[in-house]
Amino acid sequence: MRDQKGLIKVLAAPDISKASGAISSAAAIAVGLIFGFIIMLISDPQQAWAGFKMILTGGLSTPKDFGNVLYYATPIIMTGLSVAFAFRTSLFNIGASGQFIMGAYGAVLVGVKMTSLGQVQWFVALLTAMIFGAVWAILPGVLNAFFNVNVVISCIMLNYIGMYTVNMLVKATVFHQYTNRSLPVADTANIPKMGLDKIFPESNASGGIIVAIIAAIIIAIILNKTTFGYELKACGFNRDAAKYAGINEKKNIILAMIIAGALAGIGGGLLYLSGTGIYISVVDTLASQGFDGISVALLGMSNPIGALFAGIFIAYITVGGLQMQLVGFVSEIINIITAVIIYCAAFSLVIRNFIADRRTHKLNMKIENEPKSPPAGDSKGGGKV
Amino acid sequence: MNTVYFLFQQTMFFMIPLMIVALGGMYSERSGVINIALEGIMIMGGFSGILFINSMQDKMSGQWLLLLALLISAIAGMIFSMLHAYASINMKADQTISGTALNLLAPAFTIYTARLIQPSGVQQINFTNTFWIEKVPVLGDIPVIGGLLFKNVYITTYIGFAILIIGAIVLYKTRFGLRLRSCGEHPQAADAVGISVYGIRYAGVMISGALAGMGGLIFIVPTSTNFDATVSGYGFLALAVLIFGQWNPWKIAGAALFFGFMKTISAAYSSIPFLMNLNITGYIYKMIPYIATLVVLIFSSRSSQAPRAEGIPYDKGAR
Repeated sequence: MRDQKGLIKVLAAPDISKASGAISSAAAIAVGLIFGFIIMLISDPQQAWAGFKMILTGGLSTPKDFGNVLYYATPIIMTGLSVAFAFRTSLFNIGASGQFIMGAYGAVLVGVKMTSLGQVQWFVALLTAMIFGAVWAILPGVLNAFFNVNVVISCIMLNYIGMYTVNMLVKATVFHQYTNRSLPVADTANIPKMGLDKIFPESNASGGIIVAIIAAIIIAIILNKTTFGYELKACGFNRDAAKYAGINEKKNIILAMIIAGALAGIGGGLLYLSGTGIYISVVDTLASQGFDGISVALLGMSNPIGALFAGIFIAYITVGGLQMQLVGFVSEIINIITAVIIYCAAFSLVIRNFIADRRTHKLNMKIENEPKSPPAGDSKGGGKV
Repeated sequence: MNTVYFLFQQTMFFMIPLMIVALGGMYSERSGVINIALEGIMIMGGFSGILFINSMQDKMSGQWLLLLALLISAIAGMIFSMLHAYASINMKADQTISGTALNLLAPAFTIYTARLIQPSGVQQINFTNTFWIEKVPVLGDIPVIGGLLFKNVYITTYIGFAILIIGAIVLYKTRFGLRLRSCGEHPQAADAVGISVYGIRYAGVMISGALAGMGGLIFIVPTSTNFDATVSGYGFLALAVLIFGQWNPWKIAGAALFFGFMKTISAAYSSIPFLMNLNITGYIYKMIPYIATLVVLIFSSRSSQAPRAEGIPYDKGAR
């Protein structure tokens, strides 16, 4: 948490070897799936193959199923982007859960109360979700930049504070007493279908997935094509060196957290404005989407486009896992598979690290052999979280 | 006075598991391995212990059953933590990622197994609580102290304090403790004088696994009547207590006491007349432990005492 040299080395610079990254992710996925299949074989040999086939193909069996894959993918892509973006600045945003539920509340509040907005209500609601999520992430950023408070700990605390705050606010403003949950949002507050209901009839797919794709592209551009993104990554590599190079590292850390929070907040808005009869329940449970986002970010190698595909993949096997219950399997097996994939992905990072090290080593040799060039220094000391 | 006794006894129920798990985390981190998997290890420990109680409670009951269950939990936690040790020590994998994977694996595995092996097919595992001690003989009659420490307790309270004292002695007064700390500060130097860095780090992670496993069971027993594949985020809170306690056993105990007391106020405010009369919504009280921790962190984080080599895989060839 404080000094994640290996993590920063690879996650902050995935451009070093994109191809080997894709290969190692695929290998991790394969190991995870095989492990899941073995567990299914142990628990029910007769049905194992039928169940496993549902995991592999269930998400694609009908257009409706794939539409639902996109529906499940939308919020976890957004929280995944949030975690991945913070990773690039060497911040571990475990607080996406709190930012997500804050955004959800902002969206529902506008969706219920501001019916006079008409056709633009969904857009205003989504903007509110973004702002609520961003505001919730300011505090961990400020506390880290100015008081050296560990981001992981402040985020964990803010997850709980956010959950209780939302429960309190829902009860005070948009509460439906008999069902113990929030009131339904107005029709105009739901995200437009943007034609997806035609492509995937009867499914829960909405324009939310398009918003998520646009967000992933914008984040990729910010990180790879702008000075701001370069400064963020520099802070991720080595905060002290970035400061020495004239980058305002405190400002960048706070901004990185705000953007990460905004992404998670949009995720909350997209889920609760999806028009599928989903409400904020007043229960003392943290929003699981925030933690799914960590899996998505890790599987996507902290690359925005990678997170997009990782989110769709996890949603895909989740839909397959729901179908698998028909032949008597417990859908938790999907989480076991995901966990094994993440565990193997931790190994494959090492393999990528090894390749990256070999390349930098070769590069260093080259530089050293050229006359008059200073010897390449040992780049020690990762960023401090 | 009765309110004071009640508050103190309740505080113990929250404090002891937090302290034990945070002490476990301390052993792992002082050896140089970040253990964010405490939550998952607690779940595995709680699951194994409760499953053991569930299957044995027809034949035995009382303190011996609890002690045996604690042993089972410790072993289960230790075995599970070896997955983390292997990834972060042998494979030099990123410790945050491998810990996250274990946190994801534990609840899924316990729900899956519980539904598979229980005839009813539900994920909750019930148990009968025969472990509560109303009053310890003789000691419970001592004025003040008897009321604070020897009435309305579980044997786990005493185990917790024993672990604190033994843990502090092992860390600061033994050869093993010195080696453990040196591996967390400067593993190259430790290696140079002939200490097996891998071995010490394995030991650190496995001690954390055993303690976190026990902590899982110790958390479940007084606060619930079944195990539902969760320890309510206590592993993460223990991580906060560990950092708040600056990786030092006595400060960890203090931090756990502080958090446990705040948690008690938030859980029991309705039975404290003074707080009830303030007429504040219950949600504010529920938030108090987390807000208080944040505020304290602001004042205590300036000078972090984190082990220097924490989170960095040991590489013999590193310059």
